[in-house]
Amino acid sequence: MTTTSLTARRTPRRSPMRHIGAAVALVLAVAWAFPVYWMVNSSFLSVTTITALTPTWVPFGGTLANYKNVLKSSTGFTDALLMSLGVTGVALVICIVFAFLGALAISRFRFRGRKALVLAIILVQMLPAEAMFIAQYQMISGLGLLNTLAGVSIIYVAMVVPFTMWMLRGFVAGVPADLEEAAMIDGCSRFGAFMRVTFPLLAPGLVASGVFAFLQVWNEFALASIILTSEQQETLPLWLRNFAQPSSLGMLEWGQVMAGSTLVAVPVIVFFLIVQQRMTQGLVGGAVKG
Amino acid sequence: MTTTAPAPGMTEAPAAPAARPKRRRSPLPYILATPAILALLAGMGYPLIWQVWNSFREYGLAQQFGQAPEFVGLDNYIELLTGSEFWGILAKSVVFMAVTAGATMILGIALALLMKHIAGWARITLQVAMLLAWAMPIVAQMTVWNWLIDDRNGVLNYLLSLLPGVDLVGHDWLENPLSFFAVASVIITWASVPFVALSVYAGLTQVSDDVVEAAQLDGAGGFQMLRRITLPILRPILVILLLLQMIWDLRVYAQIELLQGFGAAGTQYDLLGTYIYGLGIGQGHFGVAAAAAMLVMLFTIALSWFYVRELLKEDAQ
Repeated sequence: MTTTSLTARRTPRRSPMRHIGAAVALVLAVAWAFPVYWMVNSSFLSVTTITALTPTWVPFGGTLANYKNVLKSSTGFTDALLMSLGVTGVALVICIVFAFLGALAISRFRFRGRKALVLAIILVQMLPAEAMFIAQYQMISGLGLLNTLAGVSIIYVAMVVPFTMWMLRGFVAGVPADLEEAAMIDGCSRFGAFMRVTFPLLAPGLVASGVFAFLQVWNEFALASIILTSEQQETLPLWLRNFAQPSSLGMLEWGQVMAGSTLVAVPVIVFFLIVQQRMTQGLVGGAVKG
Repeated sequence: MTTTAPAPGMTEAPAAPAARPKRRRSPLPYILATPAILALLAGMGYPLIWQVWNSFREYGLAQQFGQAPEFVGLDNYIELLTGSEFWGILAKSVVFMAVTAGATMILGIALALLMKHIAGWARITLQVAMLLAWAMPIVAQMTVWNWLIDDRNGVLNYLLSLLPGVDLVGHDWLENPLSFFAVASVIITWASVPFVALSVYAGLTQVSDDVVEAAQLDGAGGFQMLRRITLPILRPILVILLLLQMIWDLRVYAQIELLQGFGAAGTQYDLLGTYIYGLGIGQGHFGVAAAAAMLVMLFTIALSWFYVRELLKEDAQ
């Protein structure tokens, strides 16, 4: 806020330009937010309002019927929610533990093979996941794990571990090893020093990395659509895809579909807003500073 | 490629005083790294080896039912590279990538520059709007857009039909392949611009005011300033962003697959991702699909090599 008032003072003459700029920015803001707004808006509209010839721009006197219908057990929303929670929970816990231990290894130790490991972790992130599906499908199918939580979790853990490990590596490196050594001189064991000094300092990093891993797994659609083909074993993204398919008569209850879409998207948006700052920094971090 | 790789990292050991090599022979780092390595080997390593191996074997429907796969050398690759279908899909994917990544970068940079020059409240409004779009899960994005472009009750057709002489009510945007890809490109651009714009904006805030003022004193105009000062300073960040966009847009799968599910199926609506899927899981030609996946993978790795090198440098710091 302070920087803007400074720039405003420095360029007082260009204020008409600034007004035009602000107007353009507002138009663009509407363009970018509109689909999200339209999703929420439509989710409150009844069938008759939504199929009317003119669109309803604001849901005055809206209805919650769409949400009630989506949450009925016959739609499978709650089953999908439980499946998503299960898959995400399992993959996330394993991923965080594995990635954290791995991050400790590559940022606190110099060992033979370290560089190969770092290179592998970077390269794996560059592999197009879409080009691996056939092979992953074959492997999971060969293990007899198609349509199971275990099958999809094996791949998810491998998908998220590299990025999480890379991110945690930065956080671990940010805690000076000297702190731990000082605690060891004061009589702590290596493990004790780690648990009392380093671990608490890493908590924010663990939370941030955890939220990222969560978002990746929770939103994942492509691999899930290949491995979880049974309607009984679908995660939320798959559920939404199927829920948004028109009936055999070609009809689609758009109000309900948008209510479902809102239920899937809103928690993710909230989580995302919490960590987005780090997201921009994480992916291109160091590019300007270095 | 492999020969240039170790070069930047060779100076690593002396450059990292934070982690002194105290316990050179300790097994601890290996124990710590083992779970992650095993997870990677299981979920990525094994499938990768399977893929390389089977791209050299005849592995079709007959093999699915028990017949032993036969080693065929480069036949799968030759089949792909001598047929017209793969090249057609590849060309389409590359054009799609170029258009989408190009539009994303231009819009993203323009929005970042705009954000730099407007009042705080307008900037924050735009930032929040973009974050909302960025945060949407892909399936929700596609579902909403499918509703926006719905032929009967979609708001896009309604608004366009308000223009004099235009009547698009009932128009299906997904039927014509060109229109199908245009829709996909618009959606992906809409979803990718926020990341580019916010990253570039973050970079712009690091351009020091002194440099800008010095250039202004020397008489630099707005365009000169952009070309001589701002863009060179932002170059590294722009290169990385462009690379990431190219990689992501080349291998796009979920959006195309979802859009096909909403309205249009058939090979004329395929890009590389959906084409490989159809070849492998759809038709059971696993050997050929593996070969196609390998080609895409090599292409992507070649593209991303620069980014990998940057990350390696970061690790060495």
